[in-house]
Amino acid sequence: MPRPIRVLVAKPGLDGHDRGAKVIARALRDAGMEVIYTGLRQTPEMIVNAALQEDVQVIGLSILSGAHNAIVPRVIGLLREKEMADVKLVVGGIIPDEDAAELKRQGVAAIFQPGASLEEIVNFIRGAVPA
Amino acid sequence: MKTAERQFTTISGVPIEPLYGPDDLAGVGAARESSQPGEFPYTRGIHRDMYRGKLWTMRQFSGFATPEETNRRYHYLLAQGQTGLSVAFDLPTLMGYDADHAMSEGEVGKCGAPISSLEDMEILFRGIPLGEVTVSMTINSPAAVLWAMYLAVAEQQGVKWARLSGTLQNDILKEYIAQKEYIFPPRPSMRLVTDTIEFGARHTPRFNPISISGYHIREAGSTAVQELAFTLRDGIEYVDWALARGLAIDEFAPRLSFFFNAHSDFFEEIAKYRAARKIWASVMRDRYGAQTERSRKLRFHAQTAGCSLTWQQPYNNVVRTALQAMAAVMGGAQSLHTNSLDEAYALPGEHAVTIALRTQQVLAFESGVTNTPDPLGGSYFLEKLTLETEAAANHYIARIDAMGGMIAALEEGFPQTEIAAASYRYQCEVESGERVVVGVNRFQAGGQPIELLQIDETSAGHQRAKLAALRRRRDSGRVRNALDALKRAAEGTENTMPYLVEAVRAYATLGEICDALRAVFGTYQETSHI
Repeated sequence: MPRPIRVLVAKPGLDGHDRGAKVIARALRDAGMEVIYTGLRQTPEMIVNAALQEDVQVIGLSILSGAHNAIVPRVIGLLREKEMADVKLVVGGIIPDEDAAELKRQGVAAIFQPGASLEEIVNFIRGAVPA
Repeated sequence: MKTAERQFTTISGVPIEPLYGPDDLAGVGAARESSQPGEFPYTRGIHRDMYRGKLWTMRQFSGFATPEETNRRYHYLLAQGQTGLSVAFDLPTLMGYDADHAMSEGEVGKCGAPISSLEDMEILFRGIPLGEVTVSMTINSPAAVLWAMYLAVAEQQGVKWARLSGTLQNDILKEYIAQKEYIFPPRPSMRLVTDTIEFGARHTPRFNPISISGYHIREAGSTAVQELAFTLRDGIEYVDWALARGLAIDEFAPRLSFFFNAHSDFFEEIAKYRAARKIWASVMRDRYGAQTERSRKLRFHAQTAGCSLTWQQPYNNVVRTALQAMAAVMGGAQSLHTNSLDEAYALPGEHAVTIALRTQQVLAFESGVTNTPDPLGGSYFLEKLTLETEAAANHYIARIDAMGGMIAALEEGFPQTEIAAASYRYQCEVESGERVVVGVNRFQAGGQPIELLQIDETSAGHQRAKLAALRRRRDSGRVRNALDALKRAAEGTENTMPYLVEAVRAYATLGEICDALRAVFGTYQETSHI
């Protein structure tokens, strides 16, 4: 049997609005993935360390506060530093188009804006992680 | 599709019958209760004449970038006919961090106005007479500190505290339940809230020291009934703590205020507001023996549902907001915030916020819904829905009573898990197309670019520079003494408010004050419930 995809769902920054992160965590779990939810107020260091320890293939960040341009590049930098470039980084939340384009250029695998369907997110992760 | 196969439910999943009539109301208590607005249990409204006497307060929640920028927006809104102010603070302020703290990186001024010291508060209200304008402040964990700053600014303006009118949100329980902006553990947090209620009862008779909030519970994905039940049960918890402090019910209950969501299901929302007044009136009279009418009247602010706004086809949000605002008005709200069409993207721009305010003005002056109180009262459907909502909320309240109260319930994760389950259920309904969201899962169309408010990255630098200059300029001995005295008060049982007022007068910063309290109270980490 193939090993299930392992995903870390993380909520960085000071914002406490975790409705989206929790819905995504549940949807990925219902889709058969193993989901680790970090809880709130994680620093980029905490997130990357958790991803390393939990040996995940995907990190999903939920950011609604507008702090994405400060947080996401730091996560990318730490993944590089720790030679974890094979871990796919996806971001969900309120990310304006122009910021989304720039973050993708820097190495984010996908960005899901408000209204993205759960199916779309599940399918993307399935397609992005080698079986 | 044949109607027999189709389920008709409210947006919260409450089944709706094909038709309602007199039989639906037979045998219920309607006859023994007054059907008059302004009379117990106030189902039809807290005033006899409602909006014929006084319109609701139009209060747009606002704050961004810097205190200077926000102050300019306040002057603009007042000039446009807004009748009260409502302060949005940024995330570092909400979490008790100064603008120059490492945790504040990337967050300063993004979601509200950054207020690190009394100096920022002075700038925020420059040229705004606090004796005349009512001000609502959305701040919770460090609410007592920001309120102390507000009182100090009033003092500088020469306004007596007894004249101040406005509202402090200060509802920490819903933070643990839903919005998650907490600093300290529940019990010391409740002590701070009780300090403000007690201080308010003595010094600010026209100020609401708390706004017990369902808004955020609903935004986190709850049903209408959960929003209502958890909010009223939170209210009961605050009352119990104030009574334990030694206050008499009628000393503080008249100044308890509430805040509800105005969501998209028109009748369900109106039923929720009517049931809220009815339940609270009974709780006050029967559970607590409140004697004065003012203690028994539930007054509430409403805000249209941020979570209903769509990123797709943002102009549709104007229509959603108008309908939601109409539900709030037909439900008897005392004040109202209408969301702006661009708020699925960002904090609102000036053009968008003006349309949102105009929406309220159209409702107030053109729609005619203000001409008579509770205009839908007597509708079989609405009356039945009100009764059902009341019964379902009372059931939840009894369950939480049986758990030992709201603190015990939230420590077990009860409301959190109920909300998460409701929110997931709703999302799955949207996913399957069973629940239609116009422009998102039906009637999709291409992009509609809108102009957005940009928060300049220089705002954070500006705030940090001001803070550095303040730290050099102030009397550091006075700051140290004030913080030491505050710590001693926090360790004991004295009311902390006078010590907080002294600390902010000395220009101790928000972060320094919260650090002093963190040292005494500790901090809170939740166990996450998915």
